[in-house]
Amino acid sequence: MDYFAQQLINGLVLGSIYGLIAIGYTMVYGIVGMINFAHGDIFMIGGFIALITFLILVSFGLTAIPLILLVVLLVSMAITALYGWTVERIAYRPLRHSFRLAPMLSAIGMSFVLTNYSQVAQGARVKPVPPIITGGYTLHEGSGGFVVQLSNIQIIVVITTVVLLALFTWLVSSTRLGRDMRACEQDQTMASLLGVDVDRTISMTFVIGAALAAVAGMMYLLYYGLVDFFMGFVAGIKAFTAAVLGGIGSLPGAMLGGLLIGLIETLWSAYFSVEYKDVAAFSILIVVLIFLPTGLLGRPEVEKV
Amino acid sequence: MQTSRAPGVAFIFKKALISALVALVLFSLMIGVRTEAGSDGQLTYWTRFGDLAMMVATVFGGSIVVELLRQWWGPVGTVRVVPPQVTSALSFAGRLVAPVLLIFTFLVPVIFYNERYILDLGILVLTYVMLGWGLNVVVGLAGLLDLGYVAFYAVGAYSYALLATNFGLSFWICLPLAGILAAFWGVLLGFPVLRLRGDYLAIVTLAFGEIIRLVLLNWQSLTGGPNGVTGIPRPTMFGIPLSPGDDGLAAKLGIEFSPTHRIVFLFYLILALALLTNWVTIRLRRLPIGRAWEALREDEVACRALGINTTTTKLTAFATGAMFGGLAGAFFATRQGFISPESFTFHESALVLAIVVLGGMGSQLGVALAALAMIGGFELFRGLDQYRMLVFGMAMVLLMIWRPRGLIGHRAPTVFLERNQAISSDLVKEGHG
Repeated sequence: MDYFAQQLINGLVLGSIYGLIAIGYTMVYGIVGMINFAHGDIFMIGGFIALITFLILVSFGLTAIPLILLVVLLVSMAITALYGWTVERIAYRPLRHSFRLAPMLSAIGMSFVLTNYSQVAQGARVKPVPPIITGGYTLHEGSGGFVVQLSNIQIIVVITTVVLLALFTWLVSSTRLGRDMRACEQDQTMASLLGVDVDRTISMTFVIGAALAAVAGMMYLLYYGLVDFFMGFVAGIKAFTAAVLGGIGSLPGAMLGGLLIGLIETLWSAYFSVEYKDVAAFSILIVVLIFLPTGLLGRPEVEKV
Repeated sequence: MQTSRAPGVAFIFKKALISALVALVLFSLMIGVRTEAGSDGQLTYWTRFGDLAMMVATVFGGSIVVELLRQWWGPVGTVRVVPPQVTSALSFAGRLVAPVLLIFTFLVPVIFYNERYILDLGILVLTYVMLGWGLNVVVGLAGLLDLGYVAFYAVGAYSYALLATNFGLSFWICLPLAGILAAFWGVLLGFPVLRLRGDYLAIVTLAFGEIIRLVLLNWQSLTGGPNGVTGIPRPTMFGIPLSPGDDGLAAKLGIEFSPTHRIVFLFYLILALALLTNWVTIRLRRLPIGRAWEALREDEVACRALGINTTTTKLTAFATGAMFGGLAGAFFATRQGFISPESFTFHESALVLAIVVLGGMGSQLGVALAALAMIGGFELFRGLDQYRMLVFGMAMVLLMIWRPRGLIGHRAPTVFLERNQAISSDLVKEGHG
């Protein structure tokens, strides 16, 4: 039981990270209707920028951990958001009204560009960082000597995710930008007739998605203590799986899907085999989609002739 | 002609300045600072402001050049009137491309007999032509977006490799078996995705491709895991090995043995397989099943209303595409003599899909030309080493922006009334699942 509780905690933390990335996928899909294949790489870039900012701050002699974390968070969110904006501007906007497959392939191309750009710019080797946040709490000491632990970093990841989600939900439901986004999601032509700047709204969607991915990248760096240029692909596919599992286009669905994928992966590694954890996650996706073809919380697509 | 609307120097300059500023922020940390783990595992960093300045300057200059080019080209959507003589000459030349290309391909081993590199490249291009034609059945004809095509390629390759190394079966027995096994897996994938549409289909096929790769990677006892399968037998010419020994082909024909014989044989083998794929596809398109595929692509609801069984239609499309992928996989295994899961990553699926889309989806000639352009272009940049994928990705983005509908944007319909009129691919709704 204790072991299970520990895995549950680990799974939820991992799931939070996936959920943050998945929101970027689902948001872009909801508005533009395309799979942003480069989103996983945006997450990776976010991790790299967090790492570099952290190194620079430490070498300048900064020691106050909360201050460092705040600066790293803001810098990586800002620069990664600009990456998201640039990718949309270069690779997707010219293809806005093109046929469906064109932006998707352009996105795959962009994903190759970003992966190899960071490989060329930062080298192919894994970049490890020493644990930045240490310590934690012992929740329960089992009879068999097994200790259920909740580390500080896990608390930070979960709290950051919850705060960001609250902020983001507020943004979508009660601000001008959120209303514009929902309007564009329903009907871009009508929205533009009513004075919504569609191009700007779509750009902002990419910017927000990239900023959330940057947070996920930073959390990943803090939690696992390493980044490498290839981590975007696997994390991206998992997050996209999460978005589809939850029902693509649905924001709570993305978070739910992220948590589920995180849990499945952790529990499977704990009880069955580490090698097949991804196989388990993908298989469950396929099984869920057989019975719920539009995901857990997705709206069924009505098709008219 | 657009001089009145053309922006002035100040505008171009301003735009370039903004691009340079954006580039400065983007590259500031990623290029301006380089991190590396030292020998003690401690991360260190050093600055590279020279590189950063160079990149920003490149973006500045590039932005000016792009803007000038855009003005020279005129605004997007300008209709360029082509004189009818040129059009008819072009269409005449267009009809000649396929036969000329085919004849040239047949002659490649004769012309470049001593150029091992070109022969190898030719085999590689033809393998991708075959994969492209195979995927074209699924994506181009049936309109089912498949992001995991490499799975069938892998199934074919591993089927041959394992059957040949474990049971000593010959290539010619394994080739159809590999095709059948891949088709079987195609049907297996087809069942769960029958109800899925568009992007759900895309992610499930992608997940399927990853599952196959991960199983190949981790099922050590069967597949050898990351070490792959080695010592896969070379193909024989219907039982006669292409080896220097007494029972080899060279000895039987009484000519001197040369390793090039095998390369030439492989070249014609993949050419035959690719042409088989093409021939079967063209024939199938004229059969009811092929018509059903194209109808399914255009409109699934209308299809069902007309009494077409969409289940069989989708499954046969998956099975046919998968079978060709499997055949290509078996060929790949026998050519390489060694396979490992590393050859079957998502990157391959994306490459083949890019070939199909760039080829204009549904156009057989377009796919062949796109494969030649992509693989040939990829080889051209071999010297660039680690920048190769970077250039490849950029080329993919630029090509999509330049020709979103593919290199060949028109194609002949399979059914027509009285007059055969080329359809613009703008009118075709594809990849909808």
